[in-house]
Amino acid sequence: MTQIPHISRAIPDRLESPLATALKSWEMLLIVVAIAIFIANSLASPYFLNPWSLSDATFNFTEKAIIALAMAMVIISGEIDLSVASIIALASTAMGFALQFGADAPTLAAIGILVGIACGAFNGLLVSGLGLPSIVVTIGTMSLFRGISYIVLGDQAFRGYPRDFAWFGQGYVWWVVSFEIVLFLALAIVFYVLLHRTNFGRAVFAIGNNPLAAQFSGIRIRRVKFVLFVLTGLTAGIASVLLTARLGSTRPSIASGWELEIVTMVVLGGVSILGGSGSIAGVVIAAFIMGLVTFGLGLLNVPGIVMSIFVGVMLIVVIALPVVARRLRERRAV
Amino acid sequence: MPRAPDSAVPRPCLSLRDVSKSFPGVRALNRIGLELHPGQVTALVGENGAGKSTLVKILTGIYQPDEGAIELDGAPISLPTAHAALDQGITAIHQETVLFDELSVAENIFLGHAPRTRIGLIDWRRLRAEASSLLQAMGAPIHPDMRLKDLSIANKHLVAVARALSIEARIVIMDEPTAALSHKEIEELFVLIDMLKQDGKAILFISHKFDEIFRVADRYTVFRDGEMVASGMMRDTSQAELVRMMVGRSVEHVFPKQDVTPGETVLTVKGLTHPTEFEDISFDLRRGEILGFYGLVGAGRTETMQALFGITRTSAGTVTLDGKPALAKNPAHAVDMGIVYVPEDRGRQGAVIGLPIFQNISLPSLRNTSRAGFLHIANELALARKYSERLDLRAAALDQDVGTLSGGNQQKVVIGKWLATRPRVIILDEPTKGIDIGSKAAVHAFMSELAAEGLCVIMVSSELPEIMGMSDRVIVMREGRIAGEFDRSGLNAETLVRTAAGIEGEAA
Repeated sequence: MTQIPHISRAIPDRLESPLATALKSWEMLLIVVAIAIFIANSLASPYFLNPWSLSDATFNFTEKAIIALAMAMVIISGEIDLSVASIIALASTAMGFALQFGADAPTLAAIGILVGIACGAFNGLLVSGLGLPSIVVTIGTMSLFRGISYIVLGDQAFRGYPRDFAWFGQGYVWWVVSFEIVLFLALAIVFYVLLHRTNFGRAVFAIGNNPLAAQFSGIRIRRVKFVLFVLTGLTAGIASVLLTARLGSTRPSIASGWELEIVTMVVLGGVSILGGSGSIAGVVIAAFIMGLVTFGLGLLNVPGIVMSIFVGVMLIVVIALPVVARRLRERRAV
Repeated sequence: MPRAPDSAVPRPCLSLRDVSKSFPGVRALNRIGLELHPGQVTALVGENGAGKSTLVKILTGIYQPDEGAIELDGAPISLPTAHAALDQGITAIHQETVLFDELSVAENIFLGHAPRTRIGLIDWRRLRAEASSLLQAMGAPIHPDMRLKDLSIANKHLVAVARALSIEARIVIMDEPTAALSHKEIEELFVLIDMLKQDGKAILFISHKFDEIFRVADRYTVFRDGEMVASGMMRDTSQAELVRMMVGRSVEHVFPKQDVTPGETVLTVKGLTHPTEFEDISFDLRRGEILGFYGLVGAGRTETMQALFGITRTSAGTVTLDGKPALAKNPAHAVDMGIVYVPEDRGRQGAVIGLPIFQNISLPSLRNTSRAGFLHIANELALARKYSERLDLRAAALDQDVGTLSGGNQQKVVIGKWLATRPRVIILDEPTKGIDIGSKAAVHAFMSELAAEGLCVIMVSSELPEIMGMSDRVIVMREGRIAGEFDRSGLNAETLVRTAAGIEGEAA
C-alpha cells in the first residue's frame, strides 16, 4: 500500500456565518409576519397607533407568554405540561384563602408563587420519579388542581384584594410601560440565557433530541426534567399573581383553556412539538404576534369566536408555510 | 408432487447459483451456492457477518441479488417482494417471530389467505376450525381464539410453524429459532421439525449452537466472509471440522496492535451478578491493556458492560477502580469516576442525532468547557476540533448535525466525546459493527494508540478476527457466565468458538 502523506484538513467551525443562519431562521420569518400584522392593524383602525392602546394590548398576552417561556423548555425536552392553567386556578384560590386571614400584598404574591412551585414539583415527581408520561400526568393534575379550587370555592368568588396587590396586574413602571410587560421581558432574558447559554439548557436540547443517548452521555435526565416542571409551576404561579391582581377576584374557572393557547404560542414560536429544537426568541415574537392579532381584531369588533378561528388558521398557515415553500422549490428543481 | 423423497439422493427443490450481493463498502455475498432438498434439514453455519442474514433476506424477497440465479424445481424464479416469496412457498421463522400481537392465533395463521365465503367475506367458522385442526395435528396446546401477545415465545413459534403448514410452504427457513427457548421447548421444536420433514418440506436451519445442528440437520453449508466454503452431509463431518471451516481465513486482515506490557491493575470486578442476565463475573483490567469479550449474541456481555456503566442494576458483586469502590449508580456517576462506554446501538444510545458535532463531543465535558455553568462555545469548538482531528473525522463543519455523518464518522464522534473526558477505562461495545472498512481500520489504530498511552480498554466484539487481532487477553462468556479466559499467546480461533458455543472435549 502506498503511503499517503498526511494532509491536515481543517474542518471549519461553521458551514455559514451566524448572520446568514439568522437571516434564514424561523425567527426572521416571524418578525416579518409581526411587522405585516402591525402595518395591517394600523391601516385598519385609527385607534391602533396610540401608545396607551398599544400598552393595553400587551395585557392580554403577557401572563400566557410568561408561562410559554418555561413551556418552551418543557416541550423542547420532549415533555409537555397541560396543568398550567389549573395551577393558576389553585394558586389564585390559595391567595384568596390567605386573604381571608388578612394577608398583605407581598405575602399573597409569595403564597401564589410557592403554590405554583409546589404544583410543578408534584408534576415533576410523578414524571421523573415514577417515569410516567407527562401528557397523562398533567392531564390528571389539570383536573386535580382545578378540582380543588372548585371544592374550596363552589360558585363563590374571593374578592377584596388590597389596592397595592392590584399594582402587580394593573400598575405602570413608567408612563405607558406596565409592570407586567417589564416582568415578561426580564423573564424572557433570564429564560433566554438559561436555555441558550447554560449547561442546563444544553442538557434540555440533548434530552429532547435523544433521551437515551443523553442518558448514555452522563446527563442526569430525571433531575433536569424535575427542574423543568418546577419552572412551569413557578411561571404559572407568577402568572396567577398577575392575573388575580389584574382581575381583582378569584373564581374557580379563572384562566380556563389557557394551556392550549400557551402551547399554540410555543409551537408558533418555532418549537418542535416533538422536542429537540426551538428558541426563546421565537416564542417571544410569537407572543407579540398573537397579542397583535387578538388586539387588532378586537379593535375591529370581531367577536371572540372568530378570533379563535383566526388564531387556529394562523397557526396552521405558519406551520405549513415552510413545508409548502420547500415543495415548490423541489418542484422547480426537477 | 411426491410427499416424500423417492430416491436416496433426492433432487434439490431450491437451488441458488452464483448469487452475489453488495452494499456500499461491503461485499456481503460473493457468488454463493446453496441447495435445499425436500424432506431434509440443511444447516447453515458461519460467523457473524458471514452473510447468513443477507441470504435469508434474499430468499424472503426483502433484498434483490445483484447477480446469480434462484431456481425452484429447476425453473428460474425471481422474488421481487416478500409476497412473491410467499407465493413461491418460501416462509421464514425468525428469532423474534414477526407476527401480529393484537390478532388472534387463527387470524395470524391465515392472514392473507383466509378461507372465504361465497360472497368473498372471511369464513370465520372455517378459519377457526382449520386453525384448530392444524394446531391439534401439531400437538400444540394453543386455542385458536387466543391473542398472540398472550403466548410464550415458544408458542408463538408454533403459530409460525402452523402458518407455514397452512400456506403449504415448501421451503421453511428457521433463523436462530431456538435463541429464546428453554431446553424443553427446543425439544418440542425439534419434534415439529421432524413433522415438517415427514411432510416433505425443505428446511434451512440457522443456528450457532452445534449440538442443535447435529441433532436436527441432514446436510450443512458453511459460509465465511460472504463465500460458500463447504457443504456436505452431516454424517460425514464433525464439530471440529465445522468449526475449522467456519473460522479458517482466506484473507488475513492486518491489525495495528502495538505490543504493550500491561502495567498495574486498574479495574477489578468481583462476583458481579444480575438476577437474570449474568452471574459471578470476575476479572482484572490492567493499565494499557485491551481486554476482549467474546461470546454469542445473548451471552450477557452487553448487560455486564452496561452494569459497569451504571445502566443495568446488579444484585451482587463489587467493582473497584484504583483500589476504591466503583460500582456506578448511573452513567453520570460512571463518567465522574472515569469509566465510559461506547454503546453498540450507535444511533439510539451513542450519538445525540439532531445536535451538531461539536455539541456531541462536548456534552459530557461541559463542566470543563463552561464557566460557572455558562456555556463557552469557543472552548467547546476547540475541544471538538482537537478530537475530531485526532480521530481523522470526515465532516464539512463542526456545527453539522451528527446525524448527517456516515456510521463510521458518527462512531468517531462518540469515541471522541468520551476521550475528551480523559477517562481511565473505555468500554467499546461492538465498536466496528456496521461501519465501513476505512473507518474500521481508523478505530482499530486508535484503540491501539490509546492502550499504548496507558488507557484501559474493554472491547466487546462478536467478530473473531477483531477479537484475535486487537486483544491482549480474551474473556469468553456463555449464558451469562465466564466460560474461559485466554492470553494473546494462547489465542486460537477454534478454541474461542468452541468455548463460546459450549462444545466440550475433542481436541482441535
